[in-house]
Amino acid sequence: MSRSLRPLVATAIIFAIAYALAVMQFPSMFSTRVLGNFLTDNAFLGITAVGMTFVILSGGIDLSVGAVIGFTGVLIAVLISWAGWHPLTAFAMALAIAALFGGAMGMAIHYLQVPAFIVTLAGMFLARGGASVITQDSVPVNHEFYKWISEMMIRLPGGGRLSFIGLLMVAVFIIGALVAHRTKFGSYVYALGGNPTSASLMGVPVARTTIGVYMLSSMLAALSGIVFSLYTSAGYPLAAVGVELDAISAVVIGGTLLTGGYGFVLGTFIGVMLLGLVQTYIIFDGSLSSWWTKIVIGALLFLFIVLQRLIFAASTPGEKSS
Amino acid sequence: MAEAGYALEARGITKVFGLHVALDNVDFGLRPGEVHALLGENGAGKSTLIKILTGAYQPTLGQVVAEGVPVTLENPQQAQKYGIGTVYQEVNLLPNRSVAENLFLGHQPTRFGLVHRRKMEQDSRVILKRYGLDIDPASELGAHSVAVQQIVAIARAVELSGKVLILDEPTASLDRNEVERLFEIIRDLKSQGLAIVFITHFLDQVFAVADRVTILRNGKLIETRALDDMTRTDVVRLMLGKDVAFSGATAVEDARPLGDVLVEFKNYGRKRSVHPFNISIHKGEVVGVAGLLGSGRTEMARIMFGADAADEGSVTVAGKPASIARPTDAIAHGFGFCPEDRKAEGIFGDLSVRENIVIALQGKLGWFSALNRDEQMEIAGKFGEAMDIRAASLDMPIKLLSGGNQQKAILSRWLATDPDFLILDEPTRGIDVGAHAEIVRTINRLRDEGLALVVISSELDEVVAYSSRIVVMRDREMVAELNGENINPGVIVQAIANHREPAA
Repeated sequence: MSRSLRPLVATAIIFAIAYALAVMQFPSMFSTRVLGNFLTDNAFLGITAVGMTFVILSGGIDLSVGAVIGFTGVLIAVLISWAGWHPLTAFAMALAIAALFGGAMGMAIHYLQVPAFIVTLAGMFLARGGASVITQDSVPVNHEFYKWISEMMIRLPGGGRLSFIGLLMVAVFIIGALVAHRTKFGSYVYALGGNPTSASLMGVPVARTTIGVYMLSSMLAALSGIVFSLYTSAGYPLAAVGVELDAISAVVIGGTLLTGGYGFVLGTFIGVMLLGLVQTYIIFDGSLSSWWTKIVIGALLFLFIVLQRLIFAASTPGEKSS
Repeated sequence: MAEAGYALEARGITKVFGLHVALDNVDFGLRPGEVHALLGENGAGKSTLIKILTGAYQPTLGQVVAEGVPVTLENPQQAQKYGIGTVYQEVNLLPNRSVAENLFLGHQPTRFGLVHRRKMEQDSRVILKRYGLDIDPASELGAHSVAVQQIVAIARAVELSGKVLILDEPTASLDRNEVERLFEIIRDLKSQGLAIVFITHFLDQVFAVADRVTILRNGKLIETRALDDMTRTDVVRLMLGKDVAFSGATAVEDARPLGDVLVEFKNYGRKRSVHPFNISIHKGEVVGVAGLLGSGRTEMARIMFGADAADEGSVTVAGKPASIARPTDAIAHGFGFCPEDRKAEGIFGDLSVRENIVIALQGKLGWFSALNRDEQMEIAGKFGEAMDIRAASLDMPIKLLSGGNQQKAILSRWLATDPDFLILDEPTRGIDVGAHAEIVRTINRLRDEGLALVVISSELDEVVAYSSRIVVMRDREMVAELNGENINPGVIVQAIANHREPAA
């Protein structure tokens, strides 16, 4: 088996075991209702995590996504509720702003050679600050369009519902996987994460790819902000604080190497589902503090980082005897 | 140089970095269907010229002309469009991706806008066949040997460019058979009308494969000539700009009395890395380590220095039992180690030459006695001068220096710690004749000063020249220890080959 597949398989197995154990304890967790809610409840995290997967595959990091989600939520709430825009126009506006924002971060990272960590940290403060400047309060959205969207769903046998946002997340994952694994852009992203010097010597358009990656991440974060707004029907400047870290965790738990170059978009999906499973379990149990989620995520993250180390250290190609 | 029929031409190229003139009005013409060797010492400007021809750098003055048309090459991708492909010294491919993707990256066949992976792998198989490689195109490139990676790199460059192929020291990490295979590929490509630039430090290889030669020295063009009417001595004289006696080996002075035993390894080994070996090293002697690539030479060096911990055997230093599980232990005992992979394990590329030189000494002194800048400058200056490190300033990042000068800086780093025992792994690989001579001179000087040295080298003539004993490695095992009159390349080759077919 290719060594980059191993962490993915490990994640899948852990998810299967964890889910089986949870179902043994709470048989009702094995239902279309729970599975449908899985998708709906984690839609915004999943969509951001797809963008984060690209960023991490390219060898970077994007700390600004949580703030971009918050900013987008506030922006569209204000545009719809106060300025009277149609939601679709507001969405387009939010996506366009995010594209510019991500592009600017990508440019700073590429042309100024500043580490992505610093640039996106600055981006995080800018976006969060920007959201709070627009308003300090939670702005509710009451629009026909929101109602229409939230009623749009596929009913499953057994009382489950596939909501629009849940399906949107699945679609983003499928498109993300196609882009990562089957397009030239995707191969450039892996190339950057593998070795930027080689990539540039092999003719990879490094500037365009770097800017594209951060643009993609910011736009997906904005899309995730839209989803969050549809989910909560409000915009709040302090929404989605720390989501960037959840997204990074999901990506790493999903088997993507934190230093870039190895990983799969599908792995991130399983990573997100695993995080969702932990949360759902804690809700089902009822007696556990929700902070246990964090502890479990921490333990899983640690486990996967150690696992990756072991896999990649054990099979590092070196000088070979002929 | 305004002659027609050049596939690629450089006219009056000048390149200035800060105050340093790397290239000074250099002309270079490359004809289709020729192998053109580009020679020069470290820092002569070969790499700079190559980078300009491939679009990695832009010339300060002058012009690049492709097939008679002046072109501006802004990046390597653009150079590819004009048919110029390059294979670099260190394989610059992506070990994390499949062989097929490495061949086609940026030019993948697509269907409905998506990469057509099956077609890409089929095409790769056809291409690899042409180069005599029968490997799975879907396998990860990093899983293959350096030689295979190098051939994949050449295949990629030829497939994408198809007019000009620039080979920047492609043979530096290949063994003899692999080099021969590479030469066959080069001759084959030449007969197909490709213009090939070949850069190497091995003169034998130049004479074996090249038609013409261009020699650079200190950024200036010295000569471009057909190789037919040149001798080896001519070439070396032009490169160095002075007459040198070209002798492979100096006689070994066997009469030298040996000093006390400084380090002794007993049954020292590590599972899956190197079989237990016994070796004692005296003060004032050089123990050479010979063997093919992958024979366990580097592993032996790493164990000696504690970079990998030994899991059996014992070591005594100056008669006392010692434990060397980490490099810090080794340094505390006065050991120093210049690793083989200079770029990855030796230098701190972004730090200055000065910092690179003082870092081991600082490490030895510990946290609380930081060397201030003046002390650092003095130490770096002293060794920079003693080792003849050619840098515009000791404060420039070491990555801007040529390979030979980097190696001298790493050697200085350890000399600054005043070591008793130095382990040098391929100290002369990939560096030019001048720096080579300087390193060999230093090895001799250190031995005379009473240091104990272990030197690993693939160049048998060189090992023979300075070693008083030679250890031969094969298949991760120490198979022979040669003394006195046994020390000549023939015997070593036999010891390496032994019951196998003797190497040619």
